[in-house]
Amino acid sequence: MSVVPVLQARGLVKRWGRVTAMDHADFDLMPGEILAVIGDNGAGKSTLIKALTGAVLPDHGEIRLDGKVVNFASPQEARAAGIETVYQNLALSPALSIADNMFLGREIRRKGPLGDWLRMLDKAEMQRIARQKLSELGLMTIQNIGQLVETLSGGQRQGVAIARAAAFGSRVIIMDEPTAALGVKESRRVLDLINDVRRKGLPIVLISHNMPHVFEVADRIHIHRLGRRHCVVDPKAISMSDAVAIMTGAAEPPAAAAA
Amino acid sequence: MSTNEPARPAAADYEKALVRSDQRVAEFEEDAPTPLMRLQRMLHSQPTLIPGIVLLLGVLMFSVIVGERFLDPFNLSLIVQQVTIIGILGVAQTIVVLTAGIDLSVGAIMVLTSVVMGKLAVGGGVPAPLAVSAGLIVGMVCGWINGVLVTYVRLPPFIVTLGTWSVFFALNLWYSESETIRAQDIETEAPLLQFFGTAVDLGQARLTFGSIFMLLLCLLFGYMLNRTAWGRHVFAVGDDPDSARLAGIRTERTLLSVYSLAGLVCGLAGWALIGRIGSVSPQAGQTGNLDSITAVVIGGTSLFGGRGAILGTLIGALIVGVFRNGLALSGVNVLWQEFTVGILIIVAVAIDQWLRKATS
Repeated sequence: MSVVPVLQARGLVKRWGRVTAMDHADFDLMPGEILAVIGDNGAGKSTLIKALTGAVLPDHGEIRLDGKVVNFASPQEARAAGIETVYQNLALSPALSIADNMFLGREIRRKGPLGDWLRMLDKAEMQRIARQKLSELGLMTIQNIGQLVETLSGGQRQGVAIARAAAFGSRVIIMDEPTAALGVKESRRVLDLINDVRRKGLPIVLISHNMPHVFEVADRIHIHRLGRRHCVVDPKAISMSDAVAIMTGAAEPPAAAAA
Repeated sequence: MSTNEPARPAAADYEKALVRSDQRVAEFEEDAPTPLMRLQRMLHSQPTLIPGIVLLLGVLMFSVIVGERFLDPFNLSLIVQQVTIIGILGVAQTIVVLTAGIDLSVGAIMVLTSVVMGKLAVGGGVPAPLAVSAGLIVGMVCGWINGVLVTYVRLPPFIVTLGTWSVFFALNLWYSESETIRAQDIETEAPLLQFFGTAVDLGQARLTFGSIFMLLLCLLFGYMLNRTAWGRHVFAVGDDPDSARLAGIRTERTLLSVYSLAGLVCGLAGWALIGRIGSVSPQAGQTGNLDSITAVVIGGTSLFGGRGAILGTLIGALIVGVFRNGLALSGVNVLWQEFTVGILIIVAVAIDQWLRKATS
């Protein structure tokens, strides 16, 4: 394949004492695609994702971003490299406003001495950008960008978290179970959001247990099993029940797809 | 594989019924809130509203009961003088409580720093500015020790500061040799130490530099909490430390800075304490720990972290001052002052619980 994967991992190993969470795991994310990562509980999905986002340091193996080897020592470093993550718990601060949350950890300071010496925040600018980013994703039915996040519904919070990732992620967006906590209607809206983000050209890694959602939006499905990539399948060429069977070890992967 | 949208299964069958349902999904408005919910929400977004109202009611009540003597400008300015030390300690306590912590050692740090300043400057032969600086540094180091134990050794703030309270207080007794430094000696050898006791008369009202300094300090920390990234991080860390960390905040650094700053502010309180009582006594300021927590809680800052304001603490300290002063002037037995303050604390925490329930 001549296309260079945006994000690639080879032979990742991570052990916690006697537990092997990753056992020579591989990973490939292609430009512009939505790659779903599925796997049974304890298969090591989370550890894989944490390694890709700098939250866990693998014992062995290498990670490449745009073909260049990277070593993320912290989530901040991964983020600085353009990898944004929408965590399952959303990593929002309920007592802060929508705008504050979108800029949490990367606040904009005022120009000139007010910002340089008094470290004053440029609230107006942050609110402007936050409003613009939410509008881009069609979320701008929010009347008040200064609204506290705790006053928002689950789907709205998810929207804010996704908008934050889309606003700052320049290379990859990783979403961990974005629909797990949502109702049917809100899930639909979030799936639309995911497609909106993809249309902006950003590749997305989607971790999900929800097979209908995975099969609806994913271009390829990475099936994780026993700490490693078991296979990658095409959602158009396989049924949900087959995917589940492969994931749980009840069936062998199609010969062409084995990793 | 990316540019052309591949054919994909349409929305799952079970979702087809959705077409008939309301299509406006992620709209940021909710059912018409009841008046009670609206009140709850308003109070929640304005945490200093209730303390402000209570302060106003207190002043009104005592101006009716006590009358002239209470409303006398000198008396009102006396209340401000009386809450100066608690107000300054309250600033330190507020930033710690905002991180969902608590600092039981603020009073002990304050006394220790005042003793360090006094011992060095009086009889120690150290120039007063250096002695003051040394005291402030000691305060900051004490706070830093608290911070390290909380952040890196991961002990609960309550236990850490309960322990350091005793440790700092014992150091204070050891270093001071349990001796008081007399006001006259300070006045002749190092008047700078009493700087905050200097009073300015505004008509009948009398403000000390200490009171003015307390107000400026509240302004400064109000600014830092609301207008700087550091302040936003303090709130975020107190609200939900895991989320804050995932959002890219270096939570350890934030916490350590909070405890260190709190220690420094306690050092400033130690300096102001010398101005307030004139002398340096290792037994002074014993009630500072609990009084500062009282001011923070009555001021509407949540003990669970992430919610509150410096202004609230200032108001909280004033509420306590107003009730004590008003009750004293009413000729009520002193024990009823304690009784009232206790009731205020419990009511304040009950309101906080109610407000938290509103939005979870």
